[in-house]
Amino acid sequence: MKFNKTVSVSAAFIVLALGVSGLPAVAEEFDEMDIEHWQEEYMTVVDRGDKAFHGGLGNENTVSCDQCHPNGANIHPETYPKFQTQLGKVVVLGEMINWCIMNPLEADALPLDDAVMVALQAYIHHERRGVALAPGKH
Amino acid sequence: MSNSSRRNFLKAGSAMLAASALPISVVELAFGKGSDENFTFAYISDSHITHIKGNKFVNNWDRGLIRAVAEANLLDPRPDFIFYGGDIAQLGKPEEIDHGLEILSGLRGDVHYVMGEHDYYTDLGEYWQKQLGPDHYSFDHKGVHFVVLNSILTYEKWMHQKWESGMHRMKQMARLDNPNGQPFMVGDAQRQWLKADLDKVSKDTPVVVFSHSPLQKIFKAWNFWTEDAEQVQALLKPFDKVTVLYGHVHQIHTNQIGNISFHAAMATAWPWPYPAAYTQKESLLPKLTVEMNRADPFFERDATGWQFINMHTGNVDVNYTLPDNANRVVAYDTKLGHPVDTRLQDNADRTPAQTHY
Repeated sequence: MKFNKTVSVSAAFIVLALGVSGLPAVAEEFDEMDIEHWQEEYMTVVDRGDKAFHGGLGNENTVSCDQCHPNGANIHPETYPKFQTQLGKVVVLGEMINWCIMNPLEADALPLDDAVMVALQAYIHHERRGVALAPGKH
Repeated sequence: MSNSSRRNFLKAGSAMLAASALPISVVELAFGKGSDENFTFAYISDSHITHIKGNKFVNNWDRGLIRAVAEANLLDPRPDFIFYGGDIAQLGKPEEIDHGLEILSGLRGDVHYVMGEHDYYTDLGEYWQKQLGPDHYSFDHKGVHFVVLNSILTYEKWMHQKWESGMHRMKQMARLDNPNGQPFMVGDAQRQWLKADLDKVSKDTPVVVFSHSPLQKIFKAWNFWTEDAEQVQALLKPFDKVTVLYGHVHQIHTNQIGNISFHAAMATAWPWPYPAAYTQKESLLPKLTVEMNRADPFFERDATGWQFINMHTGNVDVNYTLPDNANRVVAYDTKLGHPVDTRLQDNADRTPAQTHY
């Protein structure tokens, strides 16, 4: 008991000492370099999605997403989740992407957290950047 | 429209209605200079036959063309001929061109062909021309002068640079949204040929020009565009009545520039979004255009189609046959001096499914 109390007091002293010494509260701050790094990470995935979208999925029939959706147009990612009338339920964008993969592309659906699925959505959203969210819109 | 031409048109229209589940386009030319004979022609375009391997082709695109051929064969009165508006193939492979031509061989009647970029850039049109002949030509039919141009050429230097393969060059142009793609053009040589060809035609002869790309500028990033469009339009300007019919865009376009009416053909393969659906770049959709419905991908043939054209005054009326959608007629209005959608030109008559965003 006495030992525990000593530890608690010591920890409080260390925290106090760091605060007084002016060291940064690391969880609360990031700088331009961090932002640049995170943007690079994001754009790497967007680029991966761009390639997958333009014939990089390896499906046997060679049909690619961009054949119907140049620059990701006419996907309307801002409208998801929405009631997809043809599927009869409210779905997220990934579920509609899987419908396209299974039907016109004649390939197997991807897990919704698959890296390629994430990349496809990153590309689609990136090409639609700046458009206001409109979940549920038809 | 004369009673005779209206009768023929309605007759043909009812045949189309009976076959309206199918995607082709037919054109009625109920007028020809110095001729009392009405005539019709069908207009099928953009089938993008895609070879997978061996004897396997993408079934969806095959079905679109097969359906168009079947429907064209049901037309009554029989069209005098059929136009094919380009992009038989997806990647210009001989297998694709031959497979497409085999399907098209089922058509009853002569077919005139237009070169598309998907037919061209693998071997610069060599195989297509071996099978089908010249890529630009003209002919007269019952008082109308028809001209076919190869409008999908681009800069000579780019086409003839050192490529790792013809297929590599094709893939630069076949991908619609490729930032490395080059602008389409008719080019100096063909424009000189066109000038010489038109010099022999009297100015009151109706002229119908076929190109694959629009001979007007709509959206450069997707090559809904011909770089020297204005120079071609200038050659057509002296004529009383000119119509330009083009493919490539896989959607309905309507426009009037001076004496020239413009109409786009639907594809038999798949639809493309209107350029405004891509919000990162500006585009110029002609104001007269009443947009086709947003496609429902769960209906394979939705937003594909074909046209039936009626030239009752020497101008073109286009009848769009649209599977899974109500058919549309974009007719030349002699009072207004431009084409109008006979049912939907008024905004109030449009449906929510036509709203593109």
